[in-house]
Amino acid sequence: MDCTLVRTLVHRYCAGEEDCVDSRTVYVGHREPPPGAEAYIPHRCPDNRIVSSKYTFWNFIPKNLFEQFRRIANFYFLIIFLVQLIIDTPTSPVTSGLPLFFVITVTAIKQGYEDWLRHKADSAVNQCPVHFVQHGRLVRKQSRKLRVGDIVMVKEDETFPCDLIFLSSSRADGTCHVTTASLDGESSHKTHYAVQDTKGFHTEEDIDSLHATIECERPQPDLYKFVGRINVYSDLNDPVVRPLGSENLLLRGAALKNTEKIFGVAVYTGMETKMALNYQSKSQKRSAVEKSMNVFLIVYLCILISKALINTVMKYVWQSEPFRDEPWYNQKTEAERQRNLLLRAFTDFLAFMVLFNYIIPVSMYVTVEMQKFLGSYFITWDEEMFDEETGEGPLVNTSDLNEELGQVEYVFTDKTGTLTENNMEFKECCVEGHVYVPHAVCNGQVLPAAAAIDMIDTSPGAGGREREELFFRAVCLCHTVQVKDDAEVDGPRKSPDSGKRCAYISSSPDEVALVEGIQRLGFTYLRLKENYMELRNRDNDIERFELLEILSFDSVRRRMSVIVKSATGEIYLFCKGADSSIFPRVVEGKVDQIRSRVERNAVEGLRTLCVAYKRLMQEEYEGIYKLLQAARVALHDRERKLAEAYEQIEKDLILLGATAVEDRLQEKAADTIEALQKAGIKVWVLTGDKMETAAAACYACRLFRRNTQLLEVTTKRLEEQSLHDVLCELSKTVLHRSASLTRDSFSGLSADMQDYGLIIDGAALSLIMKPCEDGSSSHYRELFLDICRNCSAVLCCRMAPLQKAQNVCFIFPQFLYQFFCGFSQQTLYDTAYLTLYNISFTSLPILLHSLTEQHVSMDTLKRDPALYRDIAKNALLRWRVFIYWTFLGVFDALVFFFGAYFMFENTTVTSNGQVFGNWTFGTLVFTVMVFTVTLKLALDTHYWTWINHFVIWGSLLFYVIFSLLWGGIIWPFLSYQRMYYVFIRMLSSGPAWLAIVLLVAVSLLPDVLKKVLCRQLWPSATERVQRSSSRRAPADAAPSPDRPLLMDPEPRPRRE
Amino acid sequence: MTWSATARGAHQPDNTAFTQQRLPAWQPLLSASITLPLFFCAGLAFIGLGLGLYYSSNGIKELEYDYTGDPGTGNCSVCAAAGQGRAPPPRCSCAWYFSLPEFFQGPVYLYYELTNFYQNNRRYGVSRDDAQLSGLQSALHHPVNDCYPYQYSAAGLPIAPCGAIANSLFNDSFSLWHQRLPGGPYVEVPLDRTGIAWWTDYHVKFRNPPLVNGSLALAFLGTAPPPSWHRPVYELSPDPNNTGFINQDFVVWMRTAALPTFRKLYARIRQGNYSAGLPRGTYRVNITYNYPVRVFGGHKLINFSSISWMGGKNPFLGIAYLVVGSLCILTGFVMLVVYIRYQDQNDDDEDDE
Repeated sequence: MDCTLVRTLVHRYCAGEEDCVDSRTVYVGHREPPPGAEAYIPHRCPDNRIVSSKYTFWNFIPKNLFEQFRRIANFYFLIIFLVQLIIDTPTSPVTSGLPLFFVITVTAIKQGYEDWLRHKADSAVNQCPVHFVQHGRLVRKQSRKLRVGDIVMVKEDETFPCDLIFLSSSRADGTCHVTTASLDGESSHKTHYAVQDTKGFHTEEDIDSLHATIECERPQPDLYKFVGRINVYSDLNDPVVRPLGSENLLLRGAALKNTEKIFGVAVYTGMETKMALNYQSKSQKRSAVEKSMNVFLIVYLCILISKALINTVMKYVWQSEPFRDEPWYNQKTEAERQRNLLLRAFTDFLAFMVLFNYIIPVSMYVTVEMQKFLGSYFITWDEEMFDEETGEGPLVNTSDLNEELGQVEYVFTDKTGTLTENNMEFKECCVEGHVYVPHAVCNGQVLPAAAAIDMIDTSPGAGGREREELFFRAVCLCHTVQVKDDAEVDGPRKSPDSGKRCAYISSSPDEVALVEGIQRLGFTYLRLKENYMELRNRDNDIERFELLEILSFDSVRRRMSVIVKSATGEIYLFCKGADSSIFPRVVEGKVDQIRSRVERNAVEGLRTLCVAYKRLMQEEYEGIYKLLQAARVALHDRERKLAEAYEQIEKDLILLGATAVEDRLQEKAADTIEALQKAGIKVWVLTGDKMETAAAACYACRLFRRNTQLLEVTTKRLEEQSLHDVLCELSKTVLHRSASLTRDSFSGLSADMQDYGLIIDGAALSLIMKPCEDGSSSHYRELFLDICRNCSAVLCCRMAPLQKAQNVCFIFPQFLYQFFCGFSQQTLYDTAYLTLYNISFTSLPILLHSLTEQHVSMDTLKRDPALYRDIAKNALLRWRVFIYWTFLGVFDALVFFFGAYFMFENTTVTSNGQVFGNWTFGTLVFTVMVFTVTLKLALDTHYWTWINHFVIWGSLLFYVIFSLLWGGIIWPFLSYQRMYYVFIRMLSSGPAWLAIVLLVAVSLLPDVLKKVLCRQLWPSATERVQRSSSRRAPADAAPSPDRPLLMDPEPRPRRE
Repeated sequence: MTWSATARGAHQPDNTAFTQQRLPAWQPLLSASITLPLFFCAGLAFIGLGLGLYYSSNGIKELEYDYTGDPGTGNCSVCAAAGQGRAPPPRCSCAWYFSLPEFFQGPVYLYYELTNFYQNNRRYGVSRDDAQLSGLQSALHHPVNDCYPYQYSAAGLPIAPCGAIANSLFNDSFSLWHQRLPGGPYVEVPLDRTGIAWWTDYHVKFRNPPLVNGSLALAFLGTAPPPSWHRPVYELSPDPNNTGFINQDFVVWMRTAALPTFRKLYARIRQGNYSAGLPRGTYRVNITYNYPVRVFGGHKLINFSSISWMGGKNPFLGIAYLVVGSLCILTGFVMLVVYIRYQDQNDDDEDDE
């Protein structure tokens, strides 16, 4: 254990140099290669420990502190704190030290807690048992002890503990099925292949005798790429070299399915697994709210500096008269007199900075962070997002971006599986212009009593019949479908009439649908056994084809091929793929007829595939074999070389026919898209389908409507016009017709304006080099997410300016006071108030407001997604709003300060003739401020639950009680007793009460006025809905006593 | 791998009003129909209050005299001239004569007022030792550093009370004489010098150090008076309850003012015949002129004021209330117009939806 730790540490620090090596060599089972083999540089690889946690127990404090002080605001407060410690400043270091300490502690606790959870998860992962093969026996060990070169056994439904090279499987054909749902979200089964030369090692003893080395590239985060080479040594022959590709690699995090067990050798472990590399490379996401918060922070910093500068300059101007600088009653010390003027000015500047530093609220980040943290719990708790079928609720991976859910502008969606159910149904096939339609067949489901074949237009001639059967065989053979094991797949034993069908598994549901569809038409694919594909033809005979090569599917070629050898020794290449990739390679066949059929199907929204074939001579095949083998063994550029080889092979085809598969739309997909569009969210659909298919689907899911004007940027159109012209024309149409809609010409969607839909195909896209496809939608869960959450998102946005305004009116009176105290940096408020203002008097109501506020009820929002537009694009955090709040803050500060000033000027305000001092003055301003700020928040609250009542009135009460207590006792630990009885004496004065009421009323007046007038004159959609909902259901808005007081023209006539 | 993965897995979330954010809520709406009556009511209430305050403030009488002694402004200019440039200034007295044509409704309070005096200067304001003033023996002999340069005397003795505030204690004194009949004798009007400081300051916050052998002077043994003082702190008044740190003049002075122009209470007139107020007649205020203010451009004023429930004369509050009240009414009318004018339109909009 200790050794491993040291080793790990050493590795981590030395890793840099070792990484320079391009590839790594792995000794399978830690067996050294025979001496004759090339000398490999041994590599040191980390153990299989996964570390997602950031801190350890020991480095938590220094590392966390370091991280926290990298944040501008915290660093700023640290500087202020240090300045306070070093120079003589008006406020004690406690005033900034304590809030900073509070903020740092709260954040540290939160991060510590999150990290503790990560530690727990890590150790759960690291300690879960793994089966190793050691000396021919199975050994259970903790996962973290796994090392590169270890041979591992994985059972069904287990996840792979590290990245493994697939050596052998319990299945005879050396394959296994894997789901990578936790890696890339694809829940379909994928087939992986064991290394040819090792797939016979079925037992622990066998596998232990394997003597091989693996060469592979160094760890890379790309999940779909792997290039390697295995050298298998045997005592007699030369080592066998085999290429390894991503189909041989089992990734950590993926789970084994439908296979009893597999053996694999670890090639990448721990933090070098592809999963961990992907995890690591995640950069910290920052929300738009946080970004704009930082901008405003800088603005406030500028205001702060200019304030301090103004005051410093004013101070020296004012002090130029000597009796002001040093009157007889207030003499300086000798040291002060002799200090350098510049130094003095600089110290004064710093002191002013310290005095005004509270303009940047130290607690703002904490409030925001707490809001996010707690807000994410609300998301987790949301019952509406709970999926009954899967039994899973929402899961918040990062709380950093919660509020962005209210700011979504574009939704990118995959068509297949997202818009549609990914539940393919074979519709028809077309051979040489003849159309065959089988009855309902569903992927994975056996529908009884549907055995009949409907043939439309059945008049194939003799040659036709041959072509037809070839087509069926092609569809039957050209795929990567696996037959599920559980049904005893021993073809002959099964009675053909039993109705029992084979269950197929494939990474692509299209293939399954095709194979099943063909089964309906009489050709049943049975299995792949010892490299022979077996199928049963219409006459119930078993045909066996030797599988020579698979030219697997990729999204660039958009086709796949198989090369098979029939029992009679004929070699065929069958190729299946998208029409666009097949037609250009076809030299023969009824191209026009099939093309028209394909296009017709595409318009109906069916997924179409074309099938073609080619006969190969033995010599031709040998050439192909060499070509492929050369490309496959290459360690470098394998992808490119393979692609070239494929290109060369798949040409001069003869077109056989086409298939059509239907993928039904998801339940509620159309509603979702409609709602998203109403909400002003632009939906872009990305699909590999034909343009017509995609457009049909878009119409079906109401992304495009009848009045939508379609704009096409397609290859076809680009052939007629130059790209530039097309684009110019498009932008002209869009911009001209809706001058107001300047956002983005790509898909402006709005209820009353002309809608535009843009279709762009891959070729045109690559020309424009702009990543997008035709406009359109998403999963209905996402809708819920967006809509349910956008209320809280709003708040969060609005919190920031509000809180800043609070701090403007908090600190601006201090600034004004400097003009009346000889610019001596005298504070207006007591230390305790300065310290607590941000962290307790005002932060809790803000936090709660941000958590519980709902402008409009959830149901209303769901009913009317257009309300989403009100808050999109960070509408509530724009400059205009920011400036408005700032000015309001300044106005309030003027009201507070001069109100108190005129109250106190030259008079006494008590009935016993005694006078108040400066602390009473400050306390009066502060009291008015706390009340105003809290009431402003109350005014902004639309949704008053008992918690809001509790917190808002509670925080006011807390302020009063705190002040009573703070002034009610001589605190022995304080050197000043300046607040003693100040608050209580203030409350004993009638005019002070009257002044508080008056000043609070004056500062709230503009808010109320603005709110009412805007609501009346320029109501936003949200406000309209608020009003109509309160009108519609006055019952649920229980206490609204003010309501009947004045004319409410609607209800009144009814009453009469 | 992330924290919430373990926090809540595949469990059905709790179905409570809180977690589902469906707590019953009051949703008030700031619509014109609610705010209009509010504005009118508030406006009326404010105007009413404002009128009351205004008249109440107008009923308060004030009599003020600037005795700084700028050349040619009465007989205090002699003292001012004599004290010019001399520190400490010589003892000097002057007087202010005034006559009251009618009864000056009481209770009457005597204030002194200083202008251009920055008691709120930070350096000045911190220059005190509250521990010392609370009678703490250790603090008496070891004043805090904030008091510097009024911390230790030239001889090295700790200054009690230390600090700039105490050192600059206002030391002019006044006595009021009343001549009932022209040519008659001046009778001294009794000035009540107690009860001018906050009760809590006088009784709790300020304490003398414990007496030594029953003597306050011995308690202060080993300390020096502030440099500007003529007498030690224990001789501020012959009254044992009003001397030392609990001298009320001193306590009043130590409560630093908020603004550079400030008033401090000097005495209350509430004894004998004068408890109800000052009767008609001629008055003389004898002033002991000690306190130098002209060096920093300040002024000294003496001020007689009657006091009502709202304190001294202060028209501001009344006027402010009147203004705000009228504003409320005005905006109320504006909103009414807007409301009536746009009501229909909004209803149409809603019907459209």
